Amino acid sequence: MWDEAPETAGRSPLLTAASLAIWCLVWEAVGRAGVASIVPPLSRVVASGAAVVTSGKFAVAAWVSLRAFALGMACAVAVGIPVGVLMARSESVGRILRVWVNVFVSAPVSALVPMLMAVVGIGETTVVVTVFLFSVFVIVLDTEVGVRQVSRSLVDMAACFGAGRRDLYRKILLPAALPEILAGVRLAAIRGVKGVVIGQLLIAILGVGELFEVYSQNFLFEEFWALVIVVFAFAYAVSEGVARLERRVEHYARAR
Amino acid sequence: MSNAVVEVRRVSKRYATGVEALRDVSLAFPRGRLTTLLGPSGCGKTTLLKVVAGLVQPTTGEVRVEGRRVEGPGPERAFVFQDFALLPWATVLRNVAFGLELRGLPREAREETARRWIAEVGLGGFEQSYPHQLSGGMRQRVGLARALAVDAEIILMDEPFSAVDEQTRRKFQEDLLVLLRDRGKTVIFVTHSIEEAVYLSDQIVLLTPRPGTVHRVVQPSMERRGRSPDEIRRDKGYLDAVDDIWQVLKQYVG
Repeated sequence: MWDEAPETAGRSPLLTAASLAIWCLVWEAVGRAGVASIVPPLSRVVASGAAVVTSGKFAVAAWVSLRAFALGMACAVAVGIPVGVLMARSESVGRILRVWVNVFVSAPVSALVPMLMAVVGIGETTVVVTVFLFSVFVIVLDTEVGVRQVSRSLVDMAACFGAGRRDLYRKILLPAALPEILAGVRLAAIRGVKGVVIGQLLIAILGVGELFEVYSQNFLFEEFWALVIVVFAFAYAVSEGVARLERRVEHYARAR
Repeated sequence: MSNAVVEVRRVSKRYATGVEALRDVSLAFPRGRLTTLLGPSGCGKTTLLKVVAGLVQPTTGEVRVEGRRVEGPGPERAFVFQDFALLPWATVLRNVAFGLELRGLPREAREETARRWIAEVGLGGFEQSYPHQLSGGMRQRVGLARALAVDAEIILMDEPFSAVDEQTRRKFQEDLLVLLRDRGKTVIFVTHSIEEAVYLSDQIVLLTPRPGTVHRVVQPSMERRGRSPDEIRRDKGYLDAVDDIWQVLKQYVG
């Protein structure tokens, strides 16, 4: 559930590499043909990418963005998992919250960012809240699904052998739901990266968003594309990192 | 009734969905004996077992264990589940020790007990394996070892062999009798297999379907001690009981 892409990447590294290489070649060719000034050749993007990444401006932007991402994600995990568990365990809480979670998980939350600016001010808090709003709902949803599908007999077993409420959550429900929770966190991280960029773009005076704004306003397309690649790579790396964790608990799924 | 460890008194169960699973069931389970609840699917035998386990509240009536009214699960009752109910993320050792872990026993003590029971059920050497690395029959041995490890006086078994193949099942039945011999456990065993019921039981409760009521209680008359499984299965008492029960149950089939 909630798997946007099957986890086959990495299993056929040759195919992946070939696909990437073809795209790079096409980009390079289109760039060299000079079809449009907004698409410079890839080689020049990479060259100026090195300059962008080593610049002090980038270091500051990266730090500000990473901090907002980490804070927002931490809040989303800290709130999302307990709420998801609660929704799964309490019929009434589930009924009350489910409609809202489903609305927000599919809603274009970016539309709310200007409103956030009015409420919490134009600054880092807005970005953190944006990341939170982008990521929390998918964690809630996946956690709920994960806890819901814990087999009835595991819960009965715990009761039979004398588990109290604390043990039931710590030793049965959370570990049993871990694969779904991790899947939720992975999707949340991907959304969180979007949240950072969109939040900062709309505010336009902070972090990576500010850099994007500067580059595109000044027609610095090589730098612009270099930054795009860096952000994409970051999002991919975060998602792969969590996916790696997921694969480590894969035997859960096989055993159920 | 004085010798009964578990008494079921006028228990009825109607689920919220309106399904009437049990109607006015009264039964006594004698100490140290294996009693089977036998009946076609939908006769409420698993529901009755769960009422005894304290997992399901009866709508009316009560269950008494050693004279005390059952309000929920208790340490004197252990359960063996049809689908094994093992923790997929835990080793055989931790699974078998899990009941003791929940009771707060220190690791050393509970693992020592668990190792002993793992050996008893014939899984020595698999302590560090995970459930998904084991066959169905082996998984159920883990479930059985977990129930025996907590040293409960009463063992409740919900169709424990239904998810394993026939050969494994027979071997398992024989091993179960050996494991229980001389330990004085009171066992309540749910099955839909007539042969299994007669082979294992001191007493067989025949339940009627929808709603479950007690049709009859059969006590197979045969001697198990000192006899091989094949001799038992050829015993006149065994064959008569199987036939007897089939005559009753076939009216509910089809």
